[in-house]
Amino acid sequence: MTAAPAPVLVLAVGNPSRGDDALGPALAERLEAAAFPGVEVVADFQLQVEHALDLVGRERVIFIDAGTGTRPPFEWREVRPAADFLHTSHALSPEAVLATYVRVRGEPPPESWVLCVRGESFELGEPLSTGAAAHLEAAWSELGRRLAKRSIRAEHGLRAAATSDM
Amino acid sequence: MNTLPLETAAHPEQLRRVVIEPLSRVEGHGKVTLLLDEDGHVQQARLHIVEFRAFEKFIQGRPYWEVPVMVQRLCGICPVSHHLAACKALDQVVGATTLTPTAEKIRRLMHYGQILQSHALHFFHLSSPDLLFGFGSDVARRNIVGVAAAYPDVARQGVLLRRYGQEVIRHTAGKRIHGTGAVPGGVNKSLTAAERDELKKDVYQMIAWSRDAVRLVRRLFEQDLDTYRNFGTFEARTLSLVRADGAMDLYHGGLRAQDADGTTIFDHVNYDHYWEQISEEVKAWSYMKFPYLKSLGSEDGWYRVGPLTRVTRSDFIPTPLADRERREFLAFDDGLAARSTLGFHWARMIEMLHSAEAIKDLLHDEDLLGSDLMAGGERQARGVGVIEAPRGTLIHHYRVDENDQVARANLIVSTTHNNHAMNIAIREVAKKYLDGHKLTEGLLNHIEVAVRAFDPCLSCATHAMGKMPLSVQLLDAAGEQVDQLVRG
Repeated sequence: MTAAPAPVLVLAVGNPSRGDDALGPALAERLEAAAFPGVEVVADFQLQVEHALDLVGRERVIFIDAGTGTRPPFEWREVRPAADFLHTSHALSPEAVLATYVRVRGEPPPESWVLCVRGESFELGEPLSTGAAAHLEAAWSELGRRLAKRSIRAEHGLRAAATSDM
Repeated sequence: MNTLPLETAAHPEQLRRVVIEPLSRVEGHGKVTLLLDEDGHVQQARLHIVEFRAFEKFIQGRPYWEVPVMVQRLCGICPVSHHLAACKALDQVVGATTLTPTAEKIRRLMHYGQILQSHALHFFHLSSPDLLFGFGSDVARRNIVGVAAAYPDVARQGVLLRRYGQEVIRHTAGKRIHGTGAVPGGVNKSLTAAERDELKKDVYQMIAWSRDAVRLVRRLFEQDLDTYRNFGTFEARTLSLVRADGAMDLYHGGLRAQDADGTTIFDHVNYDHYWEQISEEVKAWSYMKFPYLKSLGSEDGWYRVGPLTRVTRSDFIPTPLADRERREFLAFDDGLAARSTLGFHWARMIEMLHSAEAIKDLLHDEDLLGSDLMAGGERQARGVGVIEAPRGTLIHHYRVDENDQVARANLIVSTTHNNHAMNIAIREVAKKYLDGHKLTEGLLNHIEVAVRAFDPCLSCATHAMGKMPLSVQLLDAAGEQVDQLVRG
């Protein structure tokens, strides 16, 4: 029998060897080590159509990616399905993954959030920039706080009071 | 410097410049510049690709056994191809001239999984909107959501084919990304019976959908034969690997180069000394090199690689359904489809069908469950690995020093092989569709359609939010922007 998927999926994208693009994988690594109950972590280079199938059976999804020109140290926002396919190349936006889910499954996607951590430099072989390293700590603190709260609620059989509280 | 018609205008300072940057749904930083005269006629057309040339520096100095994992980070689109090409090169370094049957079959299975998922993504997600709705159709509709609304089964099958290919990779490489399945000299795991059986369950459905996709492309050709026959079409020499008996082999073989009419330039050449056949030219206006066949020189020796070459220039495909489709493709329209740039799409789907069939055959081979995984031999200082990646021939070449560190690396990726051919394609399209016309988004998209047919992957494994705007800039001869169009 196949086990039910974890209620929370974290989809972290980025290339660990491309400077600040490693923000997503770095957060994925910390999440794996922290092993929050009910949280599954999937890391990949970039979002693709098949990631829509990873969303099946989830209560909530968190997309994590590095951002360029985005608000520092990070943005935390809810995302909804959108046909945001025009500017991407082989990669999809979180909105497009959700739109793919709707088309493939014929149902609304799980509640979804984006954690976009600002990066500064994306060169091959470079380590995290100083600025991105600071943004990583701020993002980790926020992510950890939200997931820990969720775990406590789950332990007591409570659901989130408001969606903005994840 | 060698130039071709429309490559360099006679008096560029008197011309108006149109820049399309970057190409939507094409990886990385691509830019097309069109120099127009006062009457709107194209005087110069060039595809600029900001190729990432730090590959070699990224690899040099690392222990050779780390390389098959590290090179996957060069490209987030075809990491498995780099993984396998690096392993093939490093097999030579560890003296493994022949792999164990289990190791070779596991690697082949991984490779066919990669071809299947890559071709599915390209056709269903990137190209089907152009092909199903028309190249000049409403840009707001021309995307995969538009396809999903009008052709729900097509969109769904694309996602599931892609997922299946990823599952093949996961089982053979050990994980979804950063896999360690192939190692110099062999593989570090075979399949369990449970993994094999899980993949077996769906493989016949993948074959059926792949065959449907081939038929869909055929119908598209039949519906608009003139466009498909002529769009960006040009004569090209070709380069690919072929098996010793002439069959298409995407994992291993000898190099075959042919003239546009199929005349042999060289055949079954051991790629171990590829530099005796292929050289690369630098042009001042492009970051990307221009490879050519040495025997013909840089001006005449450019060639085309990839699915269209492999399907049309191999003697047969060693799986029955794909070979039947190949023969129909070659015969269609008196052979003109197989010579057309949009024939890439048809050939790509034939290769997807072949990959699905090859996966099925391998899943019925007990060697996949074997335990003899590694081979070895006398240590060598140098190794060359060549593979037919989804987009074409991929060359990895390493020299390893006495401390087991990579002292020198050279990579020629598929998109570089096709650099010249893609430039020719956009010139053909620019001449036919843009010359003398008012610029519109639909017209400019014709250029992108031509480039997309090649499915270039521009080594862009990074994808940060907000990094890929599409803008069309109109500059005067002095480089000053006079207009700009941003999509979305």
